[in-house]
Amino acid sequence: MTAQKSPIIEIRNVSKRFGKVTAVDNVSLDILAGEFFVLLGPSGCGKTTLLRMIAGFEMPTEGQILIDGQDMAHVPPNRRPVNMVFQSYAVFPHMSVADNVAYGLKIAGVGRSEREERVREALELVKLGGFEDRMPDQMSGGQRQRVALARSLVMRPKVLLLDEPLSALDAKLRAQMQFELADLQDQVGITFVTVTHDQDEALSMACRIAVMNKGDVAQLATPSDLYEYPANRFVADFVGSVNLFEGKLTLDEPDKAAVDCPGVGKIYLNHGVTGPHGADVWVALRPEKIYLHVPGAGKAVQAAGQDAPEGHNFARGRITGMSYLGDITLFDITLDDGATIRVSRPNLSRHDQEDFEWNDRVSMHWRADSPVVLLS
Amino acid sequence: MAEQHWKENPKGFWAVSATPLLWTLLFFLVPMSFVWLYSFGSNVGLTEIEISGTLDNYKRATEWLYVSIFLKSLAVAALVTVICLVVGFPVAMALTFASEKWRPWLLLGIMLPFWTNLLIRTYALMMLLGTQGYANKTLGWLWDGASWLKVFFGMQPLPTWEPVQLLYNNFAVVLGLVYVHLPFMVLPLYSALDRLDKSLIEASLDLGAGHLRTLMKVVMPLAMPGVIAGVMITLIPALGAYLTPDLMGGTDSQMIANVIERQFKRANDWPFGAALSFVLIYAMFILIALQSLRKPRRGEAK
Repeated sequence: MTAQKSPIIEIRNVSKRFGKVTAVDNVSLDILAGEFFVLLGPSGCGKTTLLRMIAGFEMPTEGQILIDGQDMAHVPPNRRPVNMVFQSYAVFPHMSVADNVAYGLKIAGVGRSEREERVREALELVKLGGFEDRMPDQMSGGQRQRVALARSLVMRPKVLLLDEPLSALDAKLRAQMQFELADLQDQVGITFVTVTHDQDEALSMACRIAVMNKGDVAQLATPSDLYEYPANRFVADFVGSVNLFEGKLTLDEPDKAAVDCPGVGKIYLNHGVTGPHGADVWVALRPEKIYLHVPGAGKAVQAAGQDAPEGHNFARGRITGMSYLGDITLFDITLDDGATIRVSRPNLSRHDQEDFEWNDRVSMHWRADSPVVLLS
Repeated sequence: MAEQHWKENPKGFWAVSATPLLWTLLFFLVPMSFVWLYSFGSNVGLTEIEISGTLDNYKRATEWLYVSIFLKSLAVAALVTVICLVVGFPVAMALTFASEKWRPWLLLGIMLPFWTNLLIRTYALMMLLGTQGYANKTLGWLWDGASWLKVFFGMQPLPTWEPVQLLYNNFAVVLGLVYVHLPFMVLPLYSALDRLDKSLIEASLDLGAGHLRTLMKVVMPLAMPGVIAGVMITLIPALGAYLTPDLMGGTDSQMIANVIERQFKRANDWPFGAALSFVLIYAMFILIALQSLRKPRRGEAK
C-alpha cells in the first residue's frame, strides 16, 4: 500500500445528537489520503451517521469535518468532493447503465465525447464493459452494485464513501467483492471509507480500521494490530472470537507479567503490561492460540514450561461441546476449575477430527506471548 | 402466498364474488342499460318513452351548443387537474418527508374533508367567498391599510373598497372543484412518493444535482404512476361535476352534468339526457383506455 501520510479527512470533536440520542460522541480521527479506511461496529454504534456526516446528509451537532483541508460546515452534499455508494445501491431504475454512470458528469457539464469515454472507462474498471444499454432491473444485485461503484468512481472523487457495500450480496460473491474492492482501490488510488458491521470484511479490505462502540471510537489500528493487540474487551470480543478471563495482576515487570484467573489458572506473559499491581484485569486469549493435548502424557505441562514458569499457561478439562466446520473444529472445554474455554483446532490432515471426542478429557497449553491483558 | 387462478378454486371464487357481481349487475348494469336504451328513444307522452332505435338524440348531442359546453367542461376539468397537480405535488412531498410523529396528523388533515358532506363543504366555501365573506373582509382590510399608508406618506387615499365578486363565476367553479378534488390528487401522489427509495434522492444530490434537477430527473419520473393515477381520478369526476358548478357557478359556468340534469328534470327529455350521459361516459372510457394503453416504463413503482 502506498498510503501517503497527509490526512484527506479530518474529523475533529464531532458529535451528533438526534433529540436525546447521541449517535456520535465527540469523535476525532484522521483518514489518510489513499488509504482504505473502515468504520467497523455493531448496528447503532454511529458508524453510518459518521459516514453520512462526511457525505453531507447529516450535519454534526458539534465539531468540525475537514475534507482536503476545507471546512465542510456550510458545504451541501452536491458540492463536496466525495461520492457515496449506498447500501441499497440507489441505482436509478428508470435510466440505463450508461445514463446512470453519466448522470453526475452531465451535471458537471462534461462534454459528450469525454463523457462517453469516461463512462466506458468506468464500466471497464468495474468489469461491466458492454452493459451500457442494460436497465437496472435486468441485472443482478452484484452487477447493480458495480453500476453504483462506476457511477461514483467516474466522478473521480477525492474520497469514495461506501455504506455497507457488501451486506446485500451472498457469501461467495461477498468474498470475491472484498478482494475486488481492495484491488480497485489500489488501482484508482482514491481514498475509500467503508462502513461495515462484518469483521471479516473489515479485516480483509482495510488499511486501518476504526472500531466504533456507542458513538465512540473504541480503537483505531491496522487489521492485524486490532486482532492481536486489542485495546479493550469490546474490541477483543467484537473482532474475532475470544476467551475472556477476569483476574488479578500478580506480577508486572518490564519483561514479564502474570495474572491469576480464578476458574482458569495462572497465566504468564513474556512482556510487561504496566498496570497497577493487584489490579482487576481481563485476559484475552484467542481460541486458535490454544493447543490441545491428550492428557496423561505430560505434554501440555512440558510445552507450557518452555516459555513460562512451572504451573502457568496450561489447563485441564473435559470436552463439553464440539462443532466441526470443515477447515477447523471448535471445542468448548469445561475446565476442572470451573471456567469454560473455547479452542479452535485446524484439521491439518483428513483424520484430525477423529483425535478428540465428546466428553474426552483433554489438557491444553498456550504460549507466553499469546494472552493479552486488558485493563478495560 | 402464490397467486392462484380462480379456476383452481371455483367454489371459493364464487362464494366471494357472487355478491358483488350480483350487486353490480342489479344496481349498475341493469339501470345503465335502461338509460342506454332510452338514448335511442323518443318521448311519445308525458311519461312514455318509445324506444325506436332513432339516432336523433345523438345527432342533437353533436350540435355546437352542446359540444361547446362539453369542451368547456373538459377545459375546466383539465385546468382543475393541473392546479391540483401543481398544488398537490408539494403537499404530497411534504407528507412523505414529514416526521413519523406528524405524518398521521397531516394525513388526517387531507382525509378529514371526506368525512364531511360535499354540500356542507361547498356552502362553507361559499360563505367564505361571498361579498360579505371573510375573503372579501380580509381584502378590504388590506385595502384600507394600503390606503392609510398612502395618506401617512402624504399621498391621496385609495378610492373606497368595493367587494370583489368571488362567487357565481368560472373562477368560483374552478376554485370549488380544486378544493373538492385536491385530496384525490394528493393521496395517489403520496403513495407513489412514499414507495420511492429515499436513497435515490440522496444519490442524485451526492452526484452533484441540485434539488430542482433531482425533482425533475429522479423524483418526477419515478412518481409517474402516481401522477397518472392522480390525474385520472381527478379529471374524470371533475368532468362530471354537478354540484359545484350548480351552486358556485354563474349563468355562463354550467358544465355538462348540469345540462344533463336539466334534460332529466326540467326539460323532461329523458332520451336526450340519456344520450348526453352516454357521450360523457364514452369520453371517460376513451380517457381510461388511453391511460391503460400507455406502456409502463421500466423501474417505475408498480
